[in-house]
Amino acid sequence: MSVLEKYPESADEESMTNLEWNLWLRQIVAIGRLEIRKALRGRRMIGVYFLALAPVFLLSVRAMRPLHSSELNNPGMVSIIYAGLFQLFMLRFAIFFGCVGIFSNLFRGEVLEKTLHYYLLTPVRREVLVVGKYLSGLAAAILLFGGSTLATFILLYLPSGSQVFQDYVVRGPGLRQMGAYVGVSVLACIGYGAVFLLIGLFFRNPMVPAAIVLGWESINFLLPPLLQKISVIHYLQSLCPVAIPAGPFAVLVEPTSAWISVPGVLLMTTAVLFLATIKIQRLEITYSTD
Amino acid sequence: MSNTHQELITFDNVSKFYGEVLGVNRVSLSITPGITSLVGPNGAGKTTLMNLMTGLLKPTQGTITVLGVPAERPEDFCRNVGYCSQFDSFPKGLTGYDFIYFYLRVRGCLDGEARQLTLKALEGVNMMDAASRRVAGYSKGMRQRIKLAQALSHQPSVLVLDEPLNGLDPMARAEVIDLFQKLGRQGLHVIISSHILHEVDRISDRVVLLSNGYVVAEGDIHDVRGEMEEHPLQILVRCDRPSQVASRVFQLDHVVEVKLQADGRGLLVKTRNPDQFYLLLNRVVVEDNLSVEAVTPADDDVNSVYQYLIGKNGA
Repeated sequence: MSVLEKYPESADEESMTNLEWNLWLRQIVAIGRLEIRKALRGRRMIGVYFLALAPVFLLSVRAMRPLHSSELNNPGMVSIIYAGLFQLFMLRFAIFFGCVGIFSNLFRGEVLEKTLHYYLLTPVRREVLVVGKYLSGLAAAILLFGGSTLATFILLYLPSGSQVFQDYVVRGPGLRQMGAYVGVSVLACIGYGAVFLLIGLFFRNPMVPAAIVLGWESINFLLPPLLQKISVIHYLQSLCPVAIPAGPFAVLVEPTSAWISVPGVLLMTTAVLFLATIKIQRLEITYSTD
Repeated sequence: MSNTHQELITFDNVSKFYGEVLGVNRVSLSITPGITSLVGPNGAGKTTLMNLMTGLLKPTQGTITVLGVPAERPEDFCRNVGYCSQFDSFPKGLTGYDFIYFYLRVRGCLDGEARQLTLKALEGVNMMDAASRRVAGYSKGMRQRIKLAQALSHQPSVLVLDEPLNGLDPMARAEVIDLFQKLGRQGLHVIISSHILHEVDRISDRVVLLSNGYVVAEGDIHDVRGEMEEHPLQILVRCDRPSQVASRVFQLDHVVEVKLQADGRGLLVKTRNPDQFYLLLNRVVVEDNLSVEAVTPADDDVNSVYQYLIGKNGA
């Protein structure tokens, strides 16, 4: 069937549904390809690359220098150091701002560059456009920050020597921890990605609401238990395999189980994306006022 | 010949406000296939009307259908519509070929079909040589042509073009106008907005004149001119004895002014009844054995109608 005509008149309901799904899938893949092609050459991605690659670079430099500290040869201690690095730098800073850079520009960036109308003039359901753009952003974020998490984890254990690496990472609990950290990175990209995509649709300057979200996520540990649970970071931290000291002022809350945390973040993501589809249905092209 | 709803672009009492600011107000139009030009000064509502027609804006009030499909269903609506907008902006990093190919893929075209349609669109606007270059490096005229190719690439039934002649050199302009005329003859709806009134006049089957968000006139330009009774039609007659014609036409009640031309080879007649004037002229030619070089209406073109209805202030 050519795309120039819609559906063959002879198609029954079931085959029409299949054709629609096939079309939507093709459109999502095409949007993804186009977005990734644009992103690769976009200046806005430079900051994101920096956030993802800076810890990898620093740990690579460290890995090349011989290590004398006995504490760092203790894999248990290294796991606590990594937990701190991951929760304080990767989650709260690199992935958070990386997702701001990637997802808030999916629509807002196109409005600023006055190119969104090219999408809106194609026969794509607006929901499909949201999903296509979100998935393309997600692929980029997972590749960068999932990869960065994986690389930093390996690079932190590498100087401990091959024996420690073999015993702790390959045959010990390290592999499970590494999987958990990569999983949490992916989940963070999923959750923060949806939030910042929505913010990019609603606000002319996404940095202001992003700063408010950052503030909320940052003071999360000081909040009463109920409020702590109205955040993404609470569920992500609950999934981290190694806890870090919360500090003297923290309000201690039991971590939420993975059975609630993972579906919880996914449910929130679905709800946020649903809001984004409602918003884009009403979207008009008025670049001059944007 | 009457057109069915499925063949028309219809605006039914459409208004669009940007907050307090009027875009267009109470527009009711039925646009038939062929070339239709939107004419009006800056801020008249041409681009608003085009953006409404292509679904980029939603009307504050009223309904719009394009070939029977309402604008609220972009997945069906956009299948029929190609829009070359006034925005001189392109996605970063794409070549001319990519720019057309990727949006065809987003439309749902398979690879082979998208490639074929891309090449056809590039050929149509003579951009094959520059197809592999980045759009960012194109001249203004090339950018205009690649936008046109992109708008045409999916072979739409309705082609909406906002100032499509901007930035084109005379040669490219002539080629593009030929293309529009060809598309119009093929039965497409070609909707053009342009400031270049003599070219609009040359190519349009009908015009829609806009001023301050209102449609002030629409239809075939000669019909529109014919209905403007407060402005007598000016007819230029080039002949060997203009003063003789002048003395005869002065006897007619509907002739309000006659001016002899400085070279003594013509006269300009203002009449409220051109048909009666032509009858008299025929009689004069036969009876006085007059040698007539040309008889042409001097002010039933888009430019004159524009000046009469909208005035110089609008230009």
